Amino acid sequence: MDMKVSKKKLGLKERYRLMTRDLGWDTTYQPKDKVLPYVGYEGIKIHDWDKWEDPFRLTMDSYWKYQAEKERKFYAIIDAHAQNNGHLNLTDARYLSALKIFLQAISPGEYAAHKGFARVGREFPGVGTQVACQMQAIDEIRHAQTQIHAMSNYNRYYNGFHAFADQRDRIWYTSVARSFFDDAMSAGPFEFMIAIGFSFEYVLTNLLFVPFMSGAAYNGDMATVTFGFSAQSDEARHMTLGLECIKFMLEQDPANVPIVQGWIDKWFWRGFRVLGLVSTMMDYMLPKRVMSWREAWNIYGVENGGALFKDLARYGITPPKGWDDAEKGIDHMSHQFMLGLYQWSFGTAFHSWIPSDEDMAWLSAKYPDTFDKHYRPRWNHIRKLAAAGTPFKNYGLAKLCQTCQLPTVFTEPDDPTLTCHRETTYKGEKYHFCSDGCQHIFDNEPEKYIQAWLPMPQLFQDPIKGDLGEWMKWVSLIDGKDNGDYAGSEDQQHFEAWRGLATTNQ
Amino acid sequence: MPVAATREYVGVPRDVAANFHGKQLVYVSWDRHLLFAAPFLLCVPPEMKFRELLDGPLAMLSQPDPDAAAIDWTQVEWLKSNQPWTPDFGRSLADNGIGHKDQLRFRTQGANTLLTAA
Repeated sequence: MDMKVSKKKLGLKERYRLMTRDLGWDTTYQPKDKVLPYVGYEGIKIHDWDKWEDPFRLTMDSYWKYQAEKERKFYAIIDAHAQNNGHLNLTDARYLSALKIFLQAISPGEYAAHKGFARVGREFPGVGTQVACQMQAIDEIRHAQTQIHAMSNYNRYYNGFHAFADQRDRIWYTSVARSFFDDAMSAGPFEFMIAIGFSFEYVLTNLLFVPFMSGAAYNGDMATVTFGFSAQSDEARHMTLGLECIKFMLEQDPANVPIVQGWIDKWFWRGFRVLGLVSTMMDYMLPKRVMSWREAWNIYGVENGGALFKDLARYGITPPKGWDDAEKGIDHMSHQFMLGLYQWSFGTAFHSWIPSDEDMAWLSAKYPDTFDKHYRPRWNHIRKLAAAGTPFKNYGLAKLCQTCQLPTVFTEPDDPTLTCHRETTYKGEKYHFCSDGCQHIFDNEPEKYIQAWLPMPQLFQDPIKGDLGEWMKWVSLIDGKDNGDYAGSEDQQHFEAWRGLATTNQ
Repeated sequence: MPVAATREYVGVPRDVAANFHGKQLVYVSWDRHLLFAAPFLLCVPPEMKFRELLDGPLAMLSQPDPDAAAIDWTQVEWLKSNQPWTPDFGRSLADNGIGHKDQLRFRTQGANTLLTAA
């Protein structure tokens, strides 16, 4: 006979406590600092891990339920996009360059963030922190997967998507994002949280999402928009975790403040340099633009960032050291990057191009103080070279910054006509930097940054020894298909032909 | 400041001269001629004469700049590691004291077409 047992339903609060805080245990046969050996060496002092607040009060069981629902919706739309030739709804196949950079450089960053959060979730003693980091670790691997799936449909029709994993490891511009994450993952758990949880997720993430997700929506890319929606609620959680973590550190002990300030200075500048490439996507690569990089910076950098640092001032935190230099670079950086990408486009697994008259009119309106004065003359000259049948290719390659690994394309903060040259000698070796910000980071931890794998100097070492053709094979770049000017590319020809078939009777 | 670490931390540099099969890296840039997005990275033998560096790779790479043909190398001002410096054209890079990963900058007095075009 079945007996109906009345089960007492747990209250929300009690359930939450059981499903999170009660998962913790005390060690019995090993001292705690042996089990959690990495929590002290960075110098951060924590007196009470129970003071950690979980702003979302999310338990693992409900986490799985929400995520599974989002996955079902996501894949339904991705299937529909693939089956209905969604790629022909794009404004223009030039848009795909932004996606290719995202897939080669940023999606692997999501995977790196997954590894990092899995690790710090193991290394932090507090249960609240462990649970939050574990969820974020799973989010990040899900983001890497769903991004790759969302973009895989484009790989069936267009060049430059086919070898993103090789390119993540070997091509030159991806080392910028890779070194950012390697730097964070080889730091201690608290610095990792400031690097990824705070600087990247909280201070800078909007500058990444606006061009990509809004950019996708503006340019008819339903696959990426769908990914954006699927990730959005996770991002809100990540931002809160980053902010919670920094406040927790600052509240636990006044001695933590100068350490945290040092990390904010460092990781703001590293993040700003990585996201520099985004400026080029916003100003040059989106056929239909959302807003200029300058406009995005005014909203998400100046307004939001300014408010955040005003809020943190009560702990004794000041705005990041490189803030003023960042502001001085805003009206220049997208142009400086795009000029570089164009002249080195023989070595990129995406296309770049010379801006049209209409593009230049837009740039001139958005950058009234800089574009016509400094950059239009260079583009006009490059256009002349292309028209004469001698398109500009700079086989001189480039000096890279030892810290951020970008080509040193930047000018002096107060003189946009002069390249910024910075160098130092450490243990008899010369090292070069793109800026004071990057040199400062190096000077603080030279033993770390002398190990940097800089892709351009590597090209002249084993196994490539300076052979450009061998290098292309080694990075899985198909010359004449993946690289070069968009004008005349296979991507352009295919897109125009297929769209013609879909929209005309020819 | 040393790297915060749980034990002694010693890094190994990845770009030492020994890795370049008898050659070395030299960075060269033309001040205020920003058609070139960054300083050139050249991988050349230290025995190369300074004159050969100018007439060979540097002349070829500078060519897209509209003022390249007008460069008078005898009138050029040089900086090495951001300090004024005078090269001896007939001697090798090594004899000129140009080490691995040194940055050379040069300045020309003549026209700067792309800077004044606006």
